[in-house]
Amino acid sequence: MSNLTNIIKKELKELLTKSTIVPVILMAFLFAGLGSMMGGVEEEASAPPVIGVVDLDDGVLSDLAAHIFDTTSEVVYNGTDPDDGLDAVREHDGVALIIIPSNFTSDILNGSKGIFEIVWIMKGAGILDGISSATVDSLVRAVGLQISAYLISLGGDQDPAAVLSPIGRLETTIFKDREMEGISPSTLSMMSIQSFTVPFVIMMIIIITGGMVISSMGMEKENKTLETLMTLPVSRGTIVSAKLIASALVGLVMVGIYMIGFNYYMGSMQASAEVDLSEYGLTLGAVDFVLIGVSIFVSLLAALAMCMVLGTYARNYKSAQTLTMPVTLLAAIPMFITMFKDFGTLPLPLQAMVFAIPFSHPMMAMRELMFDNYALVLSGIAYVAVFTGVMMTITVWIFSTDRLLTGSTKKGPLDKLLRRRTLYK
Amino acid sequence: MNAIEVRGLVKDYGSFKAVKSIAFDVREGEVFGLIGPNGAGKTTTLRIIASILRITSGSVKVFGKDLSKEPHEVRKMLSYLPEDAGAYKNLTGSEYLKFIANFFATGKKVDEIVSRGIEIASLEERIDDKVDTYSKGMARRLLVARALMVKPKLAILDELTSGLDVINAQEIRRVVKGSTKDGTTVLLSSHNMLEVELMCDRIALIDDGRIVELGTPAELKRKHGASNIEEVFTKVVMA
Repeated sequence: MSNLTNIIKKELKELLTKSTIVPVILMAFLFAGLGSMMGGVEEEASAPPVIGVVDLDDGVLSDLAAHIFDTTSEVVYNGTDPDDGLDAVREHDGVALIIIPSNFTSDILNGSKGIFEIVWIMKGAGILDGISSATVDSLVRAVGLQISAYLISLGGDQDPAAVLSPIGRLETTIFKDREMEGISPSTLSMMSIQSFTVPFVIMMIIIITGGMVISSMGMEKENKTLETLMTLPVSRGTIVSAKLIASALVGLVMVGIYMIGFNYYMGSMQASAEVDLSEYGLTLGAVDFVLIGVSIFVSLLAALAMCMVLGTYARNYKSAQTLTMPVTLLAAIPMFITMFKDFGTLPLPLQAMVFAIPFSHPMMAMRELMFDNYALVLSGIAYVAVFTGVMMTITVWIFSTDRLLTGSTKKGPLDKLLRRRTLYK
Repeated sequence: MNAIEVRGLVKDYGSFKAVKSIAFDVREGEVFGLIGPNGAGKTTTLRIIASILRITSGSVKVFGKDLSKEPHEVRKMLSYLPEDAGAYKNLTGSEYLKFIANFFATGKKVDEIVSRGIEIASLEERIDDKVDTYSKGMARRLLVARALMVKPKLAILDELTSGLDVINAQEIRRVVKGSTKDGTTVLLSSHNMLEVELMCDRIALIDDGRIVELGTPAELKRKHGASNIEEVFTKVVMA
């Protein structure tokens, strides 16, 4: 065996360990899952949008518009009653009800804008939730182009501006049982931007503070300080709690810095927004901010407690760095999912997965609180608190076994119980 | 009362038996040496008595307290110095001593303990430097000081003078021997047979998880017709 081969073999043995391979495999599964989700969205984008059309005009231009809608969309209602139309669209999980008013054709022919009244049914505030409404949006623009072409074909002395832009809109968006007049899903895109930023920042906080705890355990082992610490007259629970509290305090400082930055971010967003979201009740009150803070804090504790468990596997500082991968993954999964889709619009298995990951909850909290979905936020906080308690109990148990020094928990209470059960079998 | 009573002590790591039913007593105020070849079970035994490894079977009592039932009470009485121990690198030497002292006392007593620690460490002005900047020998002196400054009833010292030069090693041995006059019982392990012979009142020789010899250095030398403990060690282990 050549020296090169010899060293390559040694390097491969050191680099290809369970702790390096498993996270990569998990990451591959994550991307595969995201890929299938994106594939579903692509299908949704290429499928004709489900809409309802209420034609109160029955003129030549409304017929033209209705014909375009009919050929490019799945029209689930074509009648004259807006209420029935809305019910039909809702029933078929549609995107919008387009109402063509009685004076549509005459207004356009007289040089005014013909107004479409569009009632949007918004399903979620994630980036991908807006795909269907964007498709309808482009259809409405296509109708405008066809009407322009028709007007040009008529010839005569017409106002070019009116010919080129013959259609106006009166929009209402219904989202989570809230009716918001004069606002379109695209105007609500601010929430999509938030849905991108908030989970990302929370993911970063969890990864950084989690990494600190795992590294702290790795450093204790690398610096050979753990054995001394374990022989001091202090309970294992105190050691675990102290490590958690110290890391949580550092995490809180980071959350504080984040909240200050985010406050400015929100302020600038509101200042630059065309529509004041507070007019629609889409703001957060003091209680909401407290709930967001609590949600972030309990999730942070959950992350730290989980990292303590992982940290007990760290042999040194280097292996501690690798062990942050599972936490990074668990923070990245809900970040990607909640960024693209609303919790409410996810399929049930994905909803269960997102709920089960403790880091999802602060990522979703802001959006859910804007729409008064307190049940999800409060149940999330309760779940994460229980999760944290379980993780802390496991950590204290591991501290009372030989794992920290020998990597084995043999002869711990769980082991004894399992052994007894096996014997009974 | 014996400082330590070990009875039928067994320690398994999965299918590997590290300690195979050993028994010995350590008398109050003596320096007791546990010697043996690498992998014989010395460090495992010390770690068990130091309360950081669980007992598979058997019992250990420290000043009458059952280790399995009252580990916290036992920890109040002992100081353990592992062979390759380290200190927190971002603390200064005095900060580290204070960190440890805070677990054993409050108020002015903490300062007294720290002063004693600083005296034992003899690091002069370097005591206020970060541990990160210490040489191996300086760090070891600090750790020995940490172990003895609290005047523990039982000091468990694994490779006491590891990393120390001859002069420093002599000084540390003198300090440890002196600590027995303050009522500290010492259980030590060492590969340095000269150190063992110089310091220990009694010695147990452990091999393959079993105690194969136990007695005073003089008794063991006489029994094996050896001129020093190193010879005793070689004869017993190679037999």
